[in-house]
Amino acid sequence: MNAILTALIALLLLLPCPARAQSVLRIGLNDDPDALDPTISRAYTGRLVFAALCDKLFDVTPDLKIVPQLAASYEWAADRKSIVIKLRPGVRFQDGEPFNAEAVRFNIERHQNTPGSFRKSEIGEIQSVDVVNDLTVRFNLSQPLVPLLAALTDRAGMMVSPKAARALGDKLGTQPVCAGPYRFVQRVAQGKIVVERVADYWDRASFSIDRIEFVPITDSSSRLASLRSGDLQMIERVSPTDLGEIRADPKVKVVGVPELGYQMIPLNIANGAKSKTLADVRLRQAIDLAIDRETLVKTVFAGEYIAGNQFVSPASPFYDAKVPVGKRDVARAKQLLREAGQPSLTFTLVVPPERDRQEAALILQAMLAEAGITMTIQSQENVTMLQAGRRGDFEAYFTFWSGRPDPDGNVYSFTTCKGAQNDSHYCNADVDALLTKARHVADLGERKKLYDQATEIMQRDVPRLILWHRRVFTGFSAKVQGFTPYPDGIIRFRGLRLN
Amino acid sequence: MALWLYVARRLAVLVPTLFFVSVLIFSLQQLLPGDAAVALAGEEHDPAVVAAIRARYHLDRPIPVQYGLWLGRVLRGDFGESLRNRIPVRELLASKLPVTVELAACSMAIALLIGIPAGIVSAVRKGTSVDVVANLLALSGLSVPHFWLGIMLILLFAVRLGWLPASGYVPPWEDLRQNLTTILLPSFVLGTGVAGVMMRHTRSAMLQTLGADYVRTARAKSVPERLVVLKHALRNALIPIITLGAIEFGRLLSGAVLTEQVFAIPGFGKLLVDGVFNRDYAVVQAVVLVSASLYVLLNLGADVLYFLANPRLRGSA
Repeated sequence: MNAILTALIALLLLLPCPARAQSVLRIGLNDDPDALDPTISRAYTGRLVFAALCDKLFDVTPDLKIVPQLAASYEWAADRKSIVIKLRPGVRFQDGEPFNAEAVRFNIERHQNTPGSFRKSEIGEIQSVDVVNDLTVRFNLSQPLVPLLAALTDRAGMMVSPKAARALGDKLGTQPVCAGPYRFVQRVAQGKIVVERVADYWDRASFSIDRIEFVPITDSSSRLASLRSGDLQMIERVSPTDLGEIRADPKVKVVGVPELGYQMIPLNIANGAKSKTLADVRLRQAIDLAIDRETLVKTVFAGEYIAGNQFVSPASPFYDAKVPVGKRDVARAKQLLREAGQPSLTFTLVVPPERDRQEAALILQAMLAEAGITMTIQSQENVTMLQAGRRGDFEAYFTFWSGRPDPDGNVYSFTTCKGAQNDSHYCNADVDALLTKARHVADLGERKKLYDQATEIMQRDVPRLILWHRRVFTGFSAKVQGFTPYPDGIIRFRGLRLN
Repeated sequence: MALWLYVARRLAVLVPTLFFVSVLIFSLQQLLPGDAAVALAGEEHDPAVVAAIRARYHLDRPIPVQYGLWLGRVLRGDFGESLRNRIPVRELLASKLPVTVELAACSMAIALLIGIPAGIVSAVRKGTSVDVVANLLALSGLSVPHFWLGIMLILLFAVRLGWLPASGYVPPWEDLRQNLTTILLPSFVLGTGVAGVMMRHTRSAMLQTLGADYVRTARAKSVPERLVVLKHALRNALIPIITLGAIEFGRLLSGAVLTEQVFAIPGFGKLLVDGVFNRDYAVVQAVVLVSASLYVLLNLGADVLYFLANPRLRGSA
């Protein structure tokens, strides 16, 4: 008996020590991403996966400064109609192909020429790409456009391997090959997306997690339970209603940062027959004055979101502090209504069947009623509402904008006379001139002055009611170290560790 | 009538049924509010992008033409590709079907293991406290919402006790043990729901057969009670239970939407719901068509079993 025992112990001691266990980070996504091809990707969740797979020419810092990523440096021409970008040397795609100026040209042309590309309009101003030398490219633009750099911090700036793209064609999204720190391993639709660390990545030392699994779990209670049970180590876009539960659990943490976007109600000013109701600026000002944004946010979101009145949040360096979120003034609202000859204004707000906006609409309705304004709430499915918005078949509708790192992306197409998303048909030549000039100026201080002037005009004109900014909450296990939240809600893996 | 003739006749009826189902799915999809091309374009308002999407997926063609194009492809075995992630729908179906079949089979096994013995016991002990308890449990299984029970079980077994994973799915060929641990809770949630129905039906069928003349005769002949119940009564009571089992199994195969959502199981139900929300027409059409086919085939299977179990049908069917 003793001999057997001794033999067993000896055998155990002789067994080879297991190799260091692979570190695996499992992240719960709110939904299943669409195609993993930067050119045709549309869904927000896809960007979380791309952060591991595909590096971009530029990235943003947590305070929204634009910094080179696959680029090494850049220089604008004096007329801002071209930009020369020097590329990082020694970078390879995940299939071993070199990353160089030809690859950049290929990618930009692919974004512009692929049928169904969602990037085409983001970089439509790039007329041509010159290969200056192996590691230098020049983008020639149709008009000066400083915010172009911001577009290159997202999917338009992601570079895929030209060889893989040629081989796979429109199926590249099923097996993406980029130049990021993690390579694509496997995707089970609605099940998981698996990526693993690239051995010869140029900045390998900054990435310590070996393998990342993205798991779409649409049910928020189930996502949270998976985090708390340890099945997941991170979850994105945590709902404010789940914050209490996370904060009460010492095994998990949550951090939030103000989002880039905003929730808004465009008002129909000059788009078709329904624009008559709110065409008078005094009526729009009265509505604006009758709303108490702070109370709205406290009531519906327990103060977790941020009251807002501009196209950037109060946390942004572009926020105009001279026109902060105003105090409610019912008396002044009533006076304006009387002056406009409409003491009992009536209009309809279209709201999609979604909890946050439905609840907020009810509070707004009560606030407006105190100023003598009757706001009828009409529920309508989201896509139908947006289509009606474009046609001008609305007086007011409740929507949101996910936001862009450059302020231009949050305002230009919504408030310039010919803006593609200007459903209100708001048109003010001064605002147009200021916002267009801001596209030509590279200096941040000067740009801010231009945006401030435009903001102040729009505060008077009230083409749309910007009401609040959400916070993007990321939940993670206490084992996760080195996490820095970004306002775009995308998890950066650089420096992230698992204890 | 010979069995093969019976099956052939039933299969012939299958063709118009599936054709009708396909027309119905296609028409219902057109009633979904909102334009698929706009839904796919998301925040992108550029009319050129929307028009390109519409052209790519033939959404600009008249609806009967769209239907014809789709049907033509389906008859050649091509379900098209997902509008959302560009993965061929055939591949999506092939990867989801084993998951759904496993979930349905495990749930059915749990339902049968609980439902039939409980039904028998409560029929044999009718009116006793055992009967009352079995009825109460069956009713709870039927009436407790699946998503609620699912979340409660996750909180207990995954968060509090840490015995089982909270969500997700691991295929059996990757890791059998993990596969069983991930499938256990969702199968239990679905299985208890079906067990309630099975128990109620077994009980009433057993009560009927236990009161029949031939059972009384068997008892009069001093056949042991165990044999009376299991051989004489249960065998005859099983006929309606087979039909019910097939219908329930078909229902499980067409996807358990809420349970799959709660446990993040990538099965048919989740595929269908995501398809509807994303206006992914190709996926929705394929899933509904395949589910409908499975359902019809399972019913046919039940009828064949019924046919075999009940000799009296052979003369009249």
